[in-house]
Amino acid sequence: MSFLTTSAAVLLATSAVTIAVSLIPTNLTAQPAQAGAAMEDTAIRPFKFRASDEELADLKRRIKATKWPSRELVADDSQGVRLATMQKLADYWANEYDWRKVEARLDALPQFVTNIDGVDIHFIHVKSKDPNALPMIVTHGWPGSIIEQLKIIDPLTNPTAHGGTTADAFDVVIPSIPGYGFSGKPTELGWDPQRIARVWAVLMDRLGYKKYVAQGGDWGDAISEQMALQKPAGLLGIHTNMPGTLPDNISAALAGGPSPTGLSADEKYAWDQLDFFYKHRVGYAQEMGNRPQTLYALEDSPIGLAAWMLDHDAASQKLIGRVFDGQSEGLTRDDILDNVTLYWLTNTGVSSARLFWESKLAFFAPKGVTIPVAVSAFPDEIYTAPRSWTEKAFPKLIHYNRLDKGGHFAAWEQPEIFAGELRAAFKPLR
Amino acid sequence: MPFLTTSAAVLLATSAAMIGVGLVPTRLAAQPATASPAAESAAIRPFHVNIPEEQLVDLRRRVAATRWPDRETVNDQSQGVPLATMRELARYWATDYDWRRAEAKLNALPQFMTTIDGLDIHFIHVRSRHPNALPVIIAHGWPGSVLEQIKLVGPLTDPTAYGGRAEDAFDVVIPSMPGYGFSGKPTSTGWGPERMARAWTELMKRLGYTRYVAQGGDWGAFVVDQMGLQAPAGLLAIHTNMPATVPADVDKALLAGGPAPTGLSADEQRAYAQLVRTFKQVDYARFMGARPQTLYGIADSPVGLAAWLLDHNDADGQPAAAVVSALSRTMSATGELTRDEILDNITLYWLTNTGVSASRLYWEYKGGFFNAKGVSIPVAVTVFPGEQYEAPRSWAERAYPKLIYYHRVEKGGHFAAWEEPELFSAELREAFRSLR
Repeated sequence: MSFLTTSAAVLLATSAVTIAVSLIPTNLTAQPAQAGAAMEDTAIRPFKFRASDEELADLKRRIKATKWPSRELVADDSQGVRLATMQKLADYWANEYDWRKVEARLDALPQFVTNIDGVDIHFIHVKSKDPNALPMIVTHGWPGSIIEQLKIIDPLTNPTAHGGTTADAFDVVIPSIPGYGFSGKPTELGWDPQRIARVWAVLMDRLGYKKYVAQGGDWGDAISEQMALQKPAGLLGIHTNMPGTLPDNISAALAGGPSPTGLSADEKYAWDQLDFFYKHRVGYAQEMGNRPQTLYALEDSPIGLAAWMLDHDAASQKLIGRVFDGQSEGLTRDDILDNVTLYWLTNTGVSSARLFWESKLAFFAPKGVTIPVAVSAFPDEIYTAPRSWTEKAFPKLIHYNRLDKGGHFAAWEQPEIFAGELRAAFKPLR
Repeated sequence: MPFLTTSAAVLLATSAAMIGVGLVPTRLAAQPATASPAAESAAIRPFHVNIPEEQLVDLRRRVAATRWPDRETVNDQSQGVPLATMRELARYWATDYDWRRAEAKLNALPQFMTTIDGLDIHFIHVRSRHPNALPVIIAHGWPGSVLEQIKLVGPLTDPTAYGGRAEDAFDVVIPSMPGYGFSGKPTSTGWGPERMARAWTELMKRLGYTRYVAQGGDWGAFVVDQMGLQAPAGLLAIHTNMPATVPADVDKALLAGGPAPTGLSADEQRAYAQLVRTFKQVDYARFMGARPQTLYGIADSPVGLAAWLLDHNDADGQPAAAVVSALSRTMSATGELTRDEILDNITLYWLTNTGVSASRLYWEYKGGFFNAKGVSIPVAVTVFPGEQYEAPRSWAERAYPKLIYYHRVEKGGHFAAWEEPELFSAELREAFRSLR
């Protein structure tokens, strides 16, 4: 109970009604904290999550009792996630899906909670058996979670079992963003990517890492790029799979200015992706950016939450639709529902949306990072950053690669390729 | 549970079965249709609302079982509808709120159903006892319904009881838009304001009206602007309380997010600033315009639906100040909006399962919002101070070359007919006086 009753979180008590029982650390202060003025504040406590049977039964009951809207009027995805997809998802979720399986996978990983800047930060921490492993903090985004990264842990920490060499080994730290997953929900303003970046540097310092790298996509990119701007002691470089690289004329064109001309083939490909995204798909981010609290339905309706999360970028939405049509392609039905169920059980639909409200950063504009940066450009990302833009955005570009497959959830969809990218990306920094 | 194992069509049948019982017209083809080649399809059937009790029980059960988010991290409405507001609303909704009172208000009015262009159209139709009453069709918007307009029925049809004169009388037709309220839900694309405008024209024709006017705000304003453009025989004029007057150069500057064009008058500059603010508050509209189907949560969660409907902006705030103040008003002797009226409207959306179908209108519409549309028939405009923007007379005169009436009133916001029914009725009397 202690981590729920400490510090900032009067409001955590509200959600504690639901999940307090589940979140009791198995062993309080089992691991000594690093040297710090206040022992209690810097303690790193082992963590396990156990959903109660009642919560899981309630979830299934709610799914079965879903009140459905009428069918969309089109035969494609252009009005949103299709009714047939959601009903297949609901059928599987209510009748076959088993949360306990992913809970067991999480249980098998060393997980911890530590309080930083007043908020409890949950993280997975897996050390490689190789003593020279490179420490790396890997940050998820929205609508993601630590679930996105589970499949890359073994390839990164145990490379020889996955076609790599001992020289490729990483220690991995995978935190839950404040307001997401098992981390605490901020109850005060100011938890923007800049602040989260500072917290991540504290976390790596608290874990005793003197030299490390950072990786992220989506919000994880925003946070990693802010770390790179803040240049905490020890941060050698970052890798991003959703880099901010847009030239000014592209950003201006997206804001209603004249369409860009003279683009190379790769630049044209990226422009078309961006133009489509801003015309048709950015609405979820705008709504969460301005009115996150109004999304009560995400907390009260499992299907409402699932649809909102599935309807991210067009490519991942199509992929997920195919998965529920029976095709196995990067993600499984369980992968998708593990992530949605994590949001549901932690009651983080709205608290996660607040990051969009907090952040004043442009999504894809260059931020002025001058430390070493590695970029993997996946073809189905919101946009596939061309090398030309990437080189201008990151003067110390140590790695750039365009992949043949993979999208917004690259680590989740293509873990082996993703792990291979990280090995290649950071080789120069070892 | 068949709903999880069967096809989409069967699932639709399930929800249809839920409300079907309540919506069976009491008498089919009770009233003969007006002259038409297909008498069957032009039939006008009386309609009563009678929601099955189990739906009301289910609603209260769902509201009481709401799973809540944590509190917003601000002390104002800047992150959305505050938790305390929603909790208090839910407490009342699940306990003392009585839908049957709203149902009684509706059933006290003559209601009908008729099929137009393949869809069932629900409408209220009240004839004045005064012989020379002017017929008016009044079109609601989102997140509204016919409930926004029922307080107009008395003052408009029976003016002498409300401080007016017999020659001010109107016959009133108040339809539910396709996808809204008790009207049918379109099952194919194409039901934008243009098509609704044609349907309203057909409705007035079917009712036997050969000279009439049309009125609208919000989507209703789009629909009556389209009626004005289509200029059907018999349509004398329109009145709008959300006029589309923005000149092309100003609209362009707005969309580009730039500064106001030079040379604007003080009123025009003020309107420009209001429009800039409005366009920062319409993410709900953008979302529904792009991804209406994804709003499964507002079909499944009463509180989710309520928050989504409440969070409509106007010049006085987001949510609109009149709506926020109504939530703490348990009764009103002077006609201000009350908590019950707000919940009547939300409950109507819930019981008719129209959260998503109503949203689709945003997807259907591809045109501009407040830009002048080129209406050349007579137009009357009332400018309410709390509307999205206060249309300047100069813009109104350019947008509507046959402007027969323009008046800025002292009070009222986006839901003017609902908020200020007497003032609104008086505006309609003045607006159309010259056409009688």
